[in-house]
Amino acid sequence: MKWDWGAVADFMPQFWQGLLVTLEALALGSLISFALGLVWTLLMRVPTRWVRWPVGVLTEFVRDTPLLVQLFFLFYVLPEAGVTLSPLATGVAGIGLHYSTYTMQVYRAGIEAVPVGQWEAATALSLPVHRTWAAVILPQAIRRVVPPLGNYVISMLKDTPMLMTIGVLDMLGRARLVSQQHFQFTEPLTVIGVAFIVVSYLASLLLRTLERRLVR
Amino acid sequence: MSVETSTHDDGKPAAGTRRGELIRLEGVTKRFGDNTVLDGLDLSVDAGRHVTLIGPSGSGKTTILRMLMTLTKPDEGTITVDGEHLFPAPEKRVREVRKKIGMVFQQFNLFPNMSVLRNITEAPVRVLGMPKDEAEARARELLDLVGLADKCDARPTRLSGGQQQRVAIARALAMRPRVLLLDEVTSALDPELVAGVLDLLRDIARSTDITMLCVTHEMGFARDISDQVLMFDSGRVIEAAPPEKIFSDPERERTREFLSAVL
Repeated sequence: MKWDWGAVADFMPQFWQGLLVTLEALALGSLISFALGLVWTLLMRVPTRWVRWPVGVLTEFVRDTPLLVQLFFLFYVLPEAGVTLSPLATGVAGIGLHYSTYTMQVYRAGIEAVPVGQWEAATALSLPVHRTWAAVILPQAIRRVVPPLGNYVISMLKDTPMLMTIGVLDMLGRARLVSQQHFQFTEPLTVIGVAFIVVSYLASLLLRTLERRLVR
Repeated sequence: MSVETSTHDDGKPAAGTRRGELIRLEGVTKRFGDNTVLDGLDLSVDAGRHVTLIGPSGSGKTTILRMLMTLTKPDEGTITVDGEHLFPAPEKRVREVRKKIGMVFQQFNLFPNMSVLRNITEAPVRVLGMPKDEAEARARELLDLVGLADKCDARPTRLSGGQQQRVAIARALAMRPRVLLLDEVTSALDPELVAGVLDLLRDIARSTDITMLCVTHEMGFARDISDQVLMFDSGRVIEAAPPEKIFSDPERERTREFLSAVL
């Protein structure tokens, strides 16, 4: 096995495009999972079980089936129902939905960790329910949820290569493309490996800064 | 046993201008599992009165305050505040009643994510619709009253327990409640911080016409501020008397035992 810097140079234009797609999938997937997870959490606190029950079943189902199967399902079955999305949009929706079933548990734990006395003080002050959530409970829950949410972002990053299977040209998709054209596998795969480490590390740095800010 | 705090034998006039019954509990029973904490309690408190609830732990004192604040529901019986029934009542009516009642908790329960000033202005602005600068001006007056004028911008967690509790008192007063519920407000404080909080409450009791219901183990304080002291045991009021009577010459043996144990 010989290392060929020329092969690295050949791969770089494709690599940058792939990196962009990976980061795009990660950013959008994270946002969807953060927002949707919060929606699930709040719906699970609605008093009527006719809301809680279907949400509970749906999210349990999504959490307990593989992301890859869900991506295939969204990509091959949704068009039959008349919904056709681009590969990237399908992938982002899939990752966002899948991880929302994890972030909802993070939110739940964060909300339950807010002392009951905070709810009682809000009641004693006659604060309306929406204000209690917005001004008292969620701001206190958020600093508890940032570290675990950050871990899921890094986990999501490592799942983005699965999008290759539905035709998204992320970093791995590009590396495979170039490798097969030139029969050089070592260099492109090494480059994206390093890129994953660098992005993970930068994300964890960002996360730590954010944590420190919030704890203050 | 029925307790009427309006019956006075000391000839002292009711404090404040608004007279008449403000709070009424009839046949109130509360159970937690097999444990009956309140057992068919009747209680009436007139506007402007200061009533102290004493007795051993678990005798239902705190539960009464929590029910008045609608933090817990009675299993049986009725509770009326200012002529409004509380359980059951439409949410809208309950909210109106809550506005008339303020509560100070054993653990302060300040909002740690807000500054001291915003802890005090949040409810007046959001619930009473008070303009922000008016609410802030009033909050500063209240902080001045509780001796913490310089702590406006501090986070509650930076304050001592005694300071936090004084902020909590200011926060409750900012809503201009007719009733102030004080739930063992000095129990969580270091001993040297207790006096400051109690002095403040003595001032408030003297200088306002606010109705107070107070659960405390500070008997000196109870003697100072109360018009009426209620001795609880096993979910019932076993003795009700003005402080000068109950602390010097209680009728019931159980009261005597309890007082000699705590004094």
